[in-house]
Amino acid sequence: MLQKMPKKLIDENGIRVDGRRLDELRPVKIEVGVLENADGSAYIEQGKGKILAAVYGPKEVHPKHLALPDRALLRCRYHMAPFSVEQRKSPAPSRREMELSKVVREALEPSIFVEYYPRTSIDLFIEVLQADGGTRCAGIIVASLALADAGIPMRDLVTACAAGKVEGRLVLDLTDIEDKGGEADVPLALLPNLNAVTLLQMDGMLTIDEFEHVVNLAFDGCKRLYQLQKEALKAKYVVAKEVVEE
Amino acid sequence: MPAFYERRQLVTPGDLLAEDDYVDGENTYKEDSKIYATRIGLVDFENRKIHVVALKAFYIPCVGDMVIGKVVEVGIGGWIVNIKAPYVAVLRASDVLDRPFKPQKNDLPSIFDVGDLIIAKIVAYDRTRDPLLSVQEPGLGKITRGQIIEITPTKIPRVIGRKGSMISMLKHETGCQISIGQNGLILVNGRTIEDERLAVMAIHKIEQEAHTSGLTDRVTEMIRKEKGGVGHASKDA
Repeated sequence: MLQKMPKKLIDENGIRVDGRRLDELRPVKIEVGVLENADGSAYIEQGKGKILAAVYGPKEVHPKHLALPDRALLRCRYHMAPFSVEQRKSPAPSRREMELSKVVREALEPSIFVEYYPRTSIDLFIEVLQADGGTRCAGIIVASLALADAGIPMRDLVTACAAGKVEGRLVLDLTDIEDKGGEADVPLALLPNLNAVTLLQMDGMLTIDEFEHVVNLAFDGCKRLYQLQKEALKAKYVVAKEVVEE
Repeated sequence: MPAFYERRQLVTPGDLLAEDDYVDGENTYKEDSKIYATRIGLVDFENRKIHVVALKAFYIPCVGDMVIGKVVEVGIGGWIVNIKAPYVAVLRASDVLDRPFKPQKNDLPSIFDVGDLIIAKIVAYDRTRDPLLSVQEPGLGKITRGQIIEITPTKIPRVIGRKGSMISMLKHETGCQISIGQNGLILVNGRTIEDERLAVMAIHKIEQEAHTSGLTDRVTEMIRKEKGGVGHASKDA
């Protein structure tokens, strides 16, 4: 059962297969604090993608020899559920998942005050329930919210968004088929208030001008997602507040 | 010198709180003379000092704090205690025994065993070493009866109240003995289960409504109403 690739990914009016304009984000739904047993958690639905993140810690490190004397150890596991893609994926960590675990960790670490809690570990779990392109970016977004929900002090929330080139046009927030049928994909993670980039990758070919344009596109996407992220985080606590004040 | 938020406004990590001559307080940090929030919480000012009252945080040990913990391991000269902090705490056998500890004579599990809950005080802690506990004061030691409630450690000050107003009211109204661990665990000891239930309910109400004003009065009212409803002797009835 293979995915059918449509003949054209973008029609003559500049409308994409899922009905979006070139610089439009997929509809996003974010929820914070969805899990009872984790210290912090968050869930995102971005188009067809569904991702759950959970955080434990800071807590003592096991095995002990991994503990760092001057800062907390951030451990991250990006994992795709066997049912998250069309053809069943082996639940064992693949090469791609190991790489993503590393880049996600490195995208988030600068946002956390790891030096406040030496000899401890912060364990982060990102579970992709359903994948539809841009899972590393969505993973970073939920992971960052889960960290904030766990009460871990942070410099800023991390937000992320991809942009790329499909059929010669530069587009924002690629879906799975656009990614596979397109020419290039550039994921970007950002600390918006500090204007610091913590992840920038490129897969495919772009000219220098195109690259600059794509990065700016991703920047705008990040800024919009950041607002949604903040709203979702506040929503959890505002609801509690309003119930009390009637 | 502007400040961008009013008192008690909700902020998220990374929100720019103030610029220039403000001082960064709790749950904030300063970079290039700009002050940002580091946790989700409510903004508060104290003259030039700006801080965020966190809505969720974990307990960080502090010397002199009373904590409630669970024994997780009996070692050769002491116990390892989980105090719901990033670090596990250590309680030395010599502290409990009050005389030199002899491994061949003293049987540690008979004093505290794995799973026992204890109230203890933190006597030493810095970031390079795990917190050290002591039970050498009246009221400290093994917990033998009562109920334990867990709340967010940031809300402990609210349960105590200004100069202990809330906690003394709670003790008085419910007739329970209440021991507060700074790590977010509270022990309630009452004469009857009903009394304990009342105190537990009141503490949960305080946790949920921690950020509202006039809370002490509302909690008092609630306790009196509940007492009347259950059929206890009430002053109002």
